[in-house]
Amino acid sequence: MKFGVVVFPGSNCDQDCFYVIKDVLRKPVKYIWHKDTNLDGLDCIILPGGFSYGDYLRTGSIARFSPVMKPITEFAKNGGTVIGICNGFQILLEAGLLPGVMLRNRDLNFICRYVYIKTENNRTRFTNLYNAGQILKIPIAHNEGNYYIDPAGLKELRDNNQIVFRYCSATGEVIDQYNPNGALDNIAGIINRKGNVLGLMPHPERSAEKELGSEDGYFIFQSIIKWLNRKRTW
Amino acid sequence: MVKPDVYHSLGLSDKEYQDILRILKRKPTNTELAMFSVEWSEHCGYLCSRKWLKLLPKTGKYKTLIGEDSGGIIIDDLAIIFKMESHNHPSQIEPKQGAATGVGGIIRDIFTAGARPIASLNSLRFGPLSQAYNKYLLNGVVNGIQFYGNCVGVPTVGGEIYFDESYSGNCLVNAMCIGITKKEKLIRARAYGRGNAIMYVGSSTGRDGIGGCSILASNEFKEGQDKRPTVQIGDPFTEKCLIEATLEAINTGYLVGIKDMGAAGLTCCTSEMASAGNSGMDVELGAVPRREENMEPWEIMMSESQERMLVCVKKGKEEQIKKIFLKWDLNASVVGRVTDDGLVTIRDNGKIVAKINAHALTKAPIYDMPYSKPRYLRKLNKLEASKIPDAKDHNKVLLKLLATPSIANKAWVYRQYDHMVQTNTVVLPGSDAAVLRLKGTDKGIAATTDCNSRYCFLNPYRGAQIAVAEAARNLVCSGAHPAAITDCLNFGNPKKPESFWQFKNCLEGIRDACRSFNIAVVSGNVSFYNESPKSAINPTPAIGMIGILNDINKACSQNFKHEDDAIILLGYCRQDLGATEYLKEIHHLTKGDVPQLDLKLEQAVQKTALEAIEKGLVNSAHDCSEGGLAVALAECCISNKDKMIGANINKLNYDMRLDALLFGESQSRIILSCNQDSAGKLRKIALEFKAPFYVIGKTGGRVLRILNDTEELIYLSLEDLYEKWGGSLQKKIEG
Repeated sequence: MKFGVVVFPGSNCDQDCFYVIKDVLRKPVKYIWHKDTNLDGLDCIILPGGFSYGDYLRTGSIARFSPVMKPITEFAKNGGTVIGICNGFQILLEAGLLPGVMLRNRDLNFICRYVYIKTENNRTRFTNLYNAGQILKIPIAHNEGNYYIDPAGLKELRDNNQIVFRYCSATGEVIDQYNPNGALDNIAGIINRKGNVLGLMPHPERSAEKELGSEDGYFIFQSIIKWLNRKRTW
Repeated sequence: MVKPDVYHSLGLSDKEYQDILRILKRKPTNTELAMFSVEWSEHCGYLCSRKWLKLLPKTGKYKTLIGEDSGGIIIDDLAIIFKMESHNHPSQIEPKQGAATGVGGIIRDIFTAGARPIASLNSLRFGPLSQAYNKYLLNGVVNGIQFYGNCVGVPTVGGEIYFDESYSGNCLVNAMCIGITKKEKLIRARAYGRGNAIMYVGSSTGRDGIGGCSILASNEFKEGQDKRPTVQIGDPFTEKCLIEATLEAINTGYLVGIKDMGAAGLTCCTSEMASAGNSGMDVELGAVPRREENMEPWEIMMSESQERMLVCVKKGKEEQIKKIFLKWDLNASVVGRVTDDGLVTIRDNGKIVAKINAHALTKAPIYDMPYSKPRYLRKLNKLEASKIPDAKDHNKVLLKLLATPSIANKAWVYRQYDHMVQTNTVVLPGSDAAVLRLKGTDKGIAATTDCNSRYCFLNPYRGAQIAVAEAARNLVCSGAHPAAITDCLNFGNPKKPESFWQFKNCLEGIRDACRSFNIAVVSGNVSFYNESPKSAINPTPAIGMIGILNDINKACSQNFKHEDDAIILLGYCRQDLGATEYLKEIHHLTKGDVPQLDLKLEQAVQKTALEAIEKGLVNSAHDCSEGGLAVALAECCISNKDKMIGANINKLNYDMRLDALLFGESQSRIILSCNQDSAGKLRKIALEFKAPFYVIGKTGGRVLRILNDTEELIYLSLEDLYEKWGGSLQKKIEG
């Protein structure tokens, strides 16, 4: 089993994701330069956070044209496991691998802080180690995390159980007061219809070690590993 | 003969022009004149300050490294490199870009030493938020720091913000960066080895920032001047690519030296790299990548376009290095060669436009500035306490102090900064110091910035000592051993003897405090001419201090952790009313002498706290600073919003003014909390170090209650405290 972390120019959470996979989860991992197109031997692709190409245009809108995105799209279509974190989520939206768009945060400021999210769907390859409804303490750090989709799209997300995480209170109330950025329906993370591509704004790689204040994000990676292992033994 | 108004307009004096003639033995070309004007500006050449900067200790209990553009300490096999630098005047004119490029510049100083930047801090000063322009400045500066720092991927983990009328018209933006590397990967800002290549890497050169250091940074603000074109524009995306490419290039071992083109751009890099390497260089401007057409040679030499560096590459390795930078879509162009003639030779398409001895160009004249104690101090230092009535309602005073922008919670600011990227931040912003782990070791580093400029105004010598002592105290409260300092010395016009007296006294204060703690000043920056048409700023020698945690798991933060813990005060409460936030905010007085500082007592208190923290006896630690004991206790109660814990302080018994007891700013005080059964062990440690030790109460409940003997002085709910402290800054900014 091998993880690949994509490096776009301007990615800045690539090394953090790499560190978590290699030194915390102790699994094989390699960097994928955005001009590489060879994904052979990889089981999970991580699109990390950061400011790809500076995000001087709409976030992720240039990165989606990077050469690496073509094989990643193929990889995803074939059922490969892809997770986009923060800027990675934004790139997945721009690339059409996930539905919807990101607007600027409601208060127009960058927000870096811990939030709580509720596991709305624990029957995915990314969340199988969480209990249904489990509340996670996890940090966000973004300027454009205000998720939006048209009413028909939202209905589809709901009907297909594609909303994986919602912003909530420490006790799990999903109400506007605990929505840090104005995201529609408090959406913090979604999967595609097939369930193999996850995008989320919070940073699980920043909350995977006790000494950093929360280990709640660790189990996203561990869930993926569990799922990949299970697949292999089938 | 160059006309005086020409060199005057470049900031050169008649005497300096004569010096230039003597060095060159001929009339300077335009390019040469421009080069001298920037190298000999106060900002680059330290003409007024150099004599006094020699006072600062360069060695201490940790092994130090002093480089050309930054410095640091060695811990095991790691080098920790750090520096703080001002970007005041650009920020006053164009706050977003001024602050952004301040952050970018200091980050470059760190990675050009070969260290990966792992954290930023910033020390900010503004005029009162009641004035619209100050609000605009604060918003712009915060926006600039987040714009640059977040994108470049270096967490902004700490800093400070103070507000005072003296900064109206001249805000301060001091940016600090910390980097780490294996010590053998360090690289200097030097060029040597005849025939080695001089390579230009990074962004292209434009007309932005021409004269930034000589005209803008080395003069005070006057009415009606438009200096906007001298401010540079930042591009954090390019800088991020430059960090990765540069560290990759250094890793090859093919680099001889590298230097950031910051203030004075190409002039500074060519002359200072040659001078530091005892060599010369021959550079062709035709090979310099440009973004504007028809640039004159002197414009290219003075440009302060951002995200550019000059690299000295071993002969024959040019292509390998070029490849690395091109991979990151950055310019990389061989612009010259190292020579051994000691001269900086600049050509414009073959034609020589400058030829100057590198040492002569980089050795700006040293001036011995006159100084004298300001006469106003005698009157200001006198405080007739009997004429100041004690407050009738201490609850009201505490709430008011908690809501003053200098004391109020700064979450509105630091939440706009990514303070977690790189996943090292163990103690987040909002405590006494930020704490970072060092991956792959058990150790950690703590960092803080400090300076109470009201103290430095009323008593520069002791004020500066207190800045050092308090920075150390902050680090100790987080569980770190104070290790070394970078200083950013912000003062008024050095040609005014009263301003210069402040500078000299502050330096002596830093020197003496550093000696007492046995720590070195490894890097720093001087910023003079911080004056508005109305007045000079308060002297502000901002201290950036780094500390070492031997065990990262022992990191400590300021908020109370458990109910029913013992609350301990280390240190004495004296009747120190002078120079306090209380006098300023409640009685509208900036008066009196600053609090006493006994460095022996300070050491005793710090050693006690540190040993207790390292032994795992302490649950929280917080130093008493602005607003005194009452504000510090309130912060212990409410600074973790998710888990606020009250306190009952019922064992104070002082015979002094009650406002002085609650809000006086006696130094060398730390509030600890610990399990009840640890208090005895803590007392023993205090006894051993001869530190004053008092159990003053215990944690618990939803109220902060403070008694003196049996008289109840403070009784406030945590919600009321938090409402004032937590939300005031945002309300003032957005209201």
